[in-house]
Amino acid sequence: MLEKYLPVLLVLAVAMIFAAVFLGLSFWLGPRRPNAQKNSTYECGIPVRGSTHIRFFVRFFLVAIFFLLFDLEAVFLYPWVLLFQPMLAAGQGIFALAEMGVFVLVLVVGFVYVWRKGGLEWQ
Amino acid sequence: MEAMYAFFMDTAGMDEMAAHITVAVIMATIMFIVMALCAIIFTWMERKVAGFLQSRYGPMRTGRWHGWAQAVADMLKILGKEDIIPAEADKPYFIFAPLLVLLGSLLAWAAIPWAPGFVAADLDLGLFYIFAVTSLVVLGILMAGWASNNKWALYGAARGAAQMVSYEIPLLLATIPVVLYTGSLNTQDIVIAQQGGVLNWFVFRDPFLFIAFWMYFIASIAETNRGPFDMPETESELVAGYHTEYTGMRFAFFFLAEYANLFLVSMIAVMVFLGGWWSPIPGLDFAPAACFVVKGVLMVFLNMWVRWTLPRVRVDQLMHLCWKVMIPVTLVCVVGAGIWMMASGAVG
Repeated sequence: MLEKYLPVLLVLAVAMIFAAVFLGLSFWLGPRRPNAQKNSTYECGIPVRGSTHIRFFVRFFLVAIFFLLFDLEAVFLYPWVLLFQPMLAAGQGIFALAEMGVFVLVLVVGFVYVWRKGGLEWQ
Repeated sequence: MEAMYAFFMDTAGMDEMAAHITVAVIMATIMFIVMALCAIIFTWMERKVAGFLQSRYGPMRTGRWHGWAQAVADMLKILGKEDIIPAEADKPYFIFAPLLVLLGSLLAWAAIPWAPGFVAADLDLGLFYIFAVTSLVVLGILMAGWASNNKWALYGAARGAAQMVSYEIPLLLATIPVVLYTGSLNTQDIVIAQQGGVLNWFVFRDPFLFIAFWMYFIASIAETNRGPFDMPETESELVAGYHTEYTGMRFAFFFLAEYANLFLVSMIAVMVFLGGWWSPIPGLDFAPAACFVVKGVLMVFLNMWVRWTLPRVRVDQLMHLCWKVMIPVTLVCVVGAGIWMMASGAVG
């Protein structure tokens, strides 16, 4: 079972090796003449003002939270999707659909709530 | 693949494990070379397509014929560039971020079925695996933005992450109706289920799948951060977004990953919706890999066409489209495809 994932590990290793080779090549071929001006943070030419780790628009965090919920939903749909055909063949199609319908309905209720509360507005 | 195993086990006299490892290393090397070639060819193609769509020629000089060597020259030039790491940067993360972006995309390439039996990693959870590893790209982008210690980079990274995670949901949901039909997540099984001409491709199987395909297409443009959804890199507002501080080879990695991702999402579209390696006319399947690649390149062309035709959207429009239009529509597609399957009695 797990040996099927061996190629994945090897792809990882090969990619690392190639990346290292290219980085090495550019290290070898490229110039290295650092100075304080060149290594300073780019802010369109003016000196950096204040901390670069600024305060963030709160929507970004909300999006992250919604993403967690909906991504988990999609992940939970996969097992159902894989079982749908066997259940259909066994004549339990209505039951399978109803099961998923309830699951999606719960989510849709939450989705509508968030929408009505204005959680999806980006203003 | 079978032939390769046979060669290494019988002719070269390796045991099974050694043969497996050798074949996997060869496949991984092929993947990497194809990916690098893709990046080079698609950069040239992008510039030519952009040129012709805007009534100009694009690169014409390097290599004489339509500037075909332009991208190669760019790559060589980048190799000789200085690698600047800003003094303020968070060094380990700054160095690791481009690799993570590149790996996320290359790992997903491993599960792409180019031809019957020709797939680097034949996983039972193939499609799921692809979506799982492509999430690494988001991490890499956030890491790059944070570690650069630069306001433009940080804004670009935050926008990029918000956009990519949002559009990942419709992307996932749009492929679920197809898995309903195949009953398997193995990438080869998904393609095999579409045998028998253009009408058996999943786009044309039922109306919900047709809608799901276009939802997938829109979401895939947003996933690759390309126009009209290129918010993370808006050059007029954010300089270059999350890779503002990157130079030389590290910048090239981001660039490579962008084109690798572009081809990746196009190949997933071909594999899931457009019949994979099957030719549109049944019985003409003498060159499956070529068929697959041609379809992939056509999808890439469609992507470029959209990019150079439509103006960039605003961030709030982008989020509106994703959360209020695409997620409800794809959810309807999932339920609709299930009902359609049951009503029509179509299985397999």
